[in-house]
Amino acid sequence: MSISKSQVETFKVLVNWLRDAVREPEQFTLSYDAESSAFVRFNHAKVRQAGQVQQATIGLKLIDDGRHADLHITLSGEQSTDLQRLAEGLQQLRETLPLLPQDPYLLLNHDDWQSQNVQEYPLPDTEQVVAEIAQAAEGLDLVGFYAAGPISRGFASSSGAFGWHQANSFNFDFSLFHENGEAVKASYAGHAWSSEGFAARFRQAREQLEFLARPLRTLPPGQYRAYLAPAALEEIMGMLCWGGFSAQSIASKSSPLQKLYAGDQAFSPLVTLDEKVSGSLSPAFSGEGYPRSDLRLIIEGKAGDQLVGSRSAAEYGLTANGASGGESPSALNMGAGDLPQAEILKQLGTGLYISNLWYLNFSDQPAARLTGMTRFATFWVENGEIQAPVSTMRFDDSAYSLLGSQLEALTAERELLLSPSTYSQRNTSSALLPGALVSRLTLTL
Amino acid sequence: MFDFHPRLKQRFAALRTGAEFFSLRYVRESGQYLSVRKNVAEPPSLSRDEGAMLTVRVNGVEAYAATNDLSQQGLQAALERAEQQARRIKPHALLDLSHQPVSGDRADYFSPNLQQPFASLSECFELLGAESASVPKDERLVNWEVSLGITHVEQIYLSSAGAELRQAQRFVYPGLDVTAYDGSDSQTRSLGRENFGQQGGADVISRCGLIGAGPQVADQALQLLLAPNTPQGPRDLLLMPDQMMLQIHESIGHPLELDRILGDERNYAGTSFVKASDFGSLQYGSKLLNVTFDPDIPEELASYGHDDDGSKASKQFLIREGLLVRPLGGALSQFRTGLDGVANSRACGWNRPPIDRMANLNIEPGDQSLEQLIGGIEHGILMSTNRSWSIDDARNKFQFGCEWGQLIENGELKGVVKNPNYRGISAHFWKSLRAVGNAGTTRVLGTPNCGKGEPNQVIRVGHASPACVFSNVDVFGGDA
Repeated sequence: MSISKSQVETFKVLVNWLRDAVREPEQFTLSYDAESSAFVRFNHAKVRQAGQVQQATIGLKLIDDGRHADLHITLSGEQSTDLQRLAEGLQQLRETLPLLPQDPYLLLNHDDWQSQNVQEYPLPDTEQVVAEIAQAAEGLDLVGFYAAGPISRGFASSSGAFGWHQANSFNFDFSLFHENGEAVKASYAGHAWSSEGFAARFRQAREQLEFLARPLRTLPPGQYRAYLAPAALEEIMGMLCWGGFSAQSIASKSSPLQKLYAGDQAFSPLVTLDEKVSGSLSPAFSGEGYPRSDLRLIIEGKAGDQLVGSRSAAEYGLTANGASGGESPSALNMGAGDLPQAEILKQLGTGLYISNLWYLNFSDQPAARLTGMTRFATFWVENGEIQAPVSTMRFDDSAYSLLGSQLEALTAERELLLSPSTYSQRNTSSALLPGALVSRLTLTL
Repeated sequence: MFDFHPRLKQRFAALRTGAEFFSLRYVRESGQYLSVRKNVAEPPSLSRDEGAMLTVRVNGVEAYAATNDLSQQGLQAALERAEQQARRIKPHALLDLSHQPVSGDRADYFSPNLQQPFASLSECFELLGAESASVPKDERLVNWEVSLGITHVEQIYLSSAGAELRQAQRFVYPGLDVTAYDGSDSQTRSLGRENFGQQGGADVISRCGLIGAGPQVADQALQLLLAPNTPQGPRDLLLMPDQMMLQIHESIGHPLELDRILGDERNYAGTSFVKASDFGSLQYGSKLLNVTFDPDIPEELASYGHDDDGSKASKQFLIREGLLVRPLGGALSQFRTGLDGVANSRACGWNRPPIDRMANLNIEPGDQSLEQLIGGIEHGILMSTNRSWSIDDARNKFQFGCEWGQLIENGELKGVVKNPNYRGISAHFWKSLRAVGNAGTTRVLGTPNCGKGEPNQVIRVGHASPACVFSNVDVFGGDA
C-alpha cells in the first residue's frame, strides 16, 4: 500500500497537458488530493471492520475574462482515462463560464512560487500493528480506529506556481472501557510506529482506567473549579475556530469572536494563539494557490490576525494569507503557561479533572457562549487527589469566561494532538495545546 | 442513465477470487453548488466522482477495498486487496459471518421527476439573484446568501449471490439566510439550508418556499434583533417541524442505531442509553408517540428501494404508542443481535463501507391543527428552525437552540424572543409529549449532514414530522 513516487509525475502530466490546452487569455489553477489508506476498526479488542481505500481527485478552476468556476473530478489512476476526464472537465468549464457574470471578488495569485515537501518514513505493516494492538488489549474492552498510509496534495497554476506535499502517517485513536461503562480515551499517532512508544502510550491509558473502577459520583448542576486537559481544550478551540478567525465571518458578523475582533471582549493575557504552518503536518500552500503564512491569531488575549482567503481579501480590502476556502486554522499552536504538569491536581485542589469534552455547540454564538458534555475520564478531585469518576455532565459557559476572567493558569507542558478526522479524506490538521486550570466552570445538567 | 452498467456487469463477471461471497458497489455522483451572496454570484462549484467498493467474505471474515480504478485490472486488484485483508485479520476478527444471509435481489429505484430536466445554470442563477435582490435595503442587514445544491447519484450493486440493484436519484437543497447586526448583537434567520433537502426536481424549490421568501426572512432577522431574550424557566414547548427533525434525529434516531448499542461507535459517535433488551418493553415516550422508518415517501431524502447491503427497504414502526419495538439495524446488526431491524445499512459514497444509519425517520401525524396546539398551551413558547445541537454520547442529556421563538400565553401567540434554547433528557423528554399536530402541520424535511462512523461518513437523512407540544420543558435564552 503506497502512493508511488511517480505520483508527482502523474500530477505533472496533468499540469503540462493543461498548460498546453488552455488558450490565452484563459488561466487555470489545479489542485490535487490523493491517499491510499488502511482502515481498521476495533470493538471489544477485536477487528470489527477492515478495509483499504485508494482515491485521488483534482480541483480545476478555469478563469477567463473575470469569470471563473471550479470542478472537482475523481481520477482513475490510469493516465489516458484521467487526461480524457480533464479534457471533458475543461470543456465543461469553458461552456459554463459564458453563463456567469464577472466576479468582482476574483483575486488570483500570479506568483510562480515553488514548494516541495516529501516525507517517506516507512509505514508500519498493518498486520503487525493489528497484532500489537490485539496483544496489548488482551483482557480489556478496547474500541478504536487505526488509519494509516500515504497522502499527497498538489497545486499548480498557469502562472507557473507548483506545490507538492507528500507524507506517510498513521493514527490509532482508541478508548478503553471499564465494565461500568466509563472509559479512557487516547491516541498514538505520527510518522514512525514504535512498538515501545505504543506500549508506553497504552500503559498510560491503562493506568487511568484503574481510577474509573471507583464508584461513580453524580454532581448537581453548579459552578466548579476545573482542569481542562489539552484534548478538552481542543474541543473549545475547535468551536472558536468554526468561523472565529475567518475574515468573511468577522465581516459578516457570524464569527463567534466578533466581540473580540471589535475590541469589546478579551481573553486572559495568558492566551496567545498562533496558526503555525511551518513545521506542521499540513501543506505549506492553500488549495486556492497561496503559500500559507504563520499567523498570530490571539496575542496576550487580544485579537490578532484573521485568516484571509482570496475572496475575502478582494471583498474587504485585506491581504490574502493562504487561508483555506473555509478560512479555518489547521495548525493551532497555543502558548504554554507555567503550571507544571506534576502540580495540576495540587493547584486544582477540589474540583473537576476533565480529560475530554464532547459535542460542543453555541448557546449564544455572538457572545461566544458554549455548551457541551464531559466525556471519557472526568474525575472528581478533593485536596489534590482523585476521588472518583464523575457521571456525564453538561456545561454552558462563555469562552470569554473560561479563557478570560476565570482562567487561572495554563500548563507548562503542551500536547500535540493530530486530527483523527477522516471525513472525505484523512485530515492533516493538528493542535499543540496546554491544559487550562479554570476557577469556575458552570455545569447545567 | 446507468450507461456504465453493461461494462461493469461484464467486468464483475470476469473477477476471480477464492472468497465465498463478494459484492461490488459502484457509485457515480455529480453535483453543483450555486450561491449568490449579497447580490454577487459566487463561482459555481461542480463535481464529478466515481468509484467502486469491493467487499469479500473469506472463511466468515469480511473486508473491503475501495478503488477509483474501474478498469478490469483495477477492480481485480481491489478485490485481491480485500481478500488479502480478510485473510490477515482472521485471527483477530470480532465476527464470524459464515452464516449471515446475503441478498440476491434485483430491482431498480428512481427519484420522483428524475426524467424532468432541471433548470439550466443560467436559470438557477437568475432565480438566486432575484431572491437575493428581494432582500430589502437596511444597513442592519449585513449579510445574506441564497443557494442551491443539486446532486445526482447513480449506484449499481452487484453480488456473487446474483444481486443486481440500480438506483438513480437527484437531491435538491435550496437555502436562504439573512444576518442582521445592530453594532453589538447579530441574529440570523434562515430557510432551508441545513434543515431542508428533498429528492425531485424544480418542485423541491417550490416546496421549500424559497421563491419570494427574501423579504420575510429578512424581516424576521430584524425582528429577532429587536426582540428580548427568551425568558428562563419551565414552559410548555411547541416545536415546529424544522426543530422536530433535529429532536427526532438526535434523541430517537441515534440512540436506536443498533451498531451504537453493540458498541461499535463507542470511540467516536458514542453509545446509547437504550439496551438491546429494551426492544419490546421500554416505554420510550407518551402514548401519542409513533415513530416510523419510512423509505416510501418519494420526495424524502433517504427514500430508496434497497440499502447498500442489498436489503429490501419497507416501512416499519420503531416506536408504537410510545413503546419501543424495533431498532435501526441493518442485516449485519440483525444477524449479530437476533433482533428484527430495518434496511438501513448505508454508505456515504463508494469509498466508505455501509454502517447502520437512520435514513428516513419520521413521526406519524396526530389529530390537532396548529391552532389547536397553540390554543391548548397556557404558558409556553413556540420554537422554530434549529441552529444549535449538543447531546451526550449516550444520546440522553441534550441542549438544543433555535433561531426563532414566540411566547405563548393563554392559548395565544405573543411576542418574538431571541436565542431560544431548551434542554432535557431523552429518556424523560418524549414522555412529556402531550399533543401531536395533524398532517396539515407535517413537513417532509431532511439534512445532508449526519456524521458518524470510523472512517468518518456524512450522509443524508430524511425526517418528516408534525408540530408537537411537550410539557414543562426547561427553556432559556442567551447572554446578549
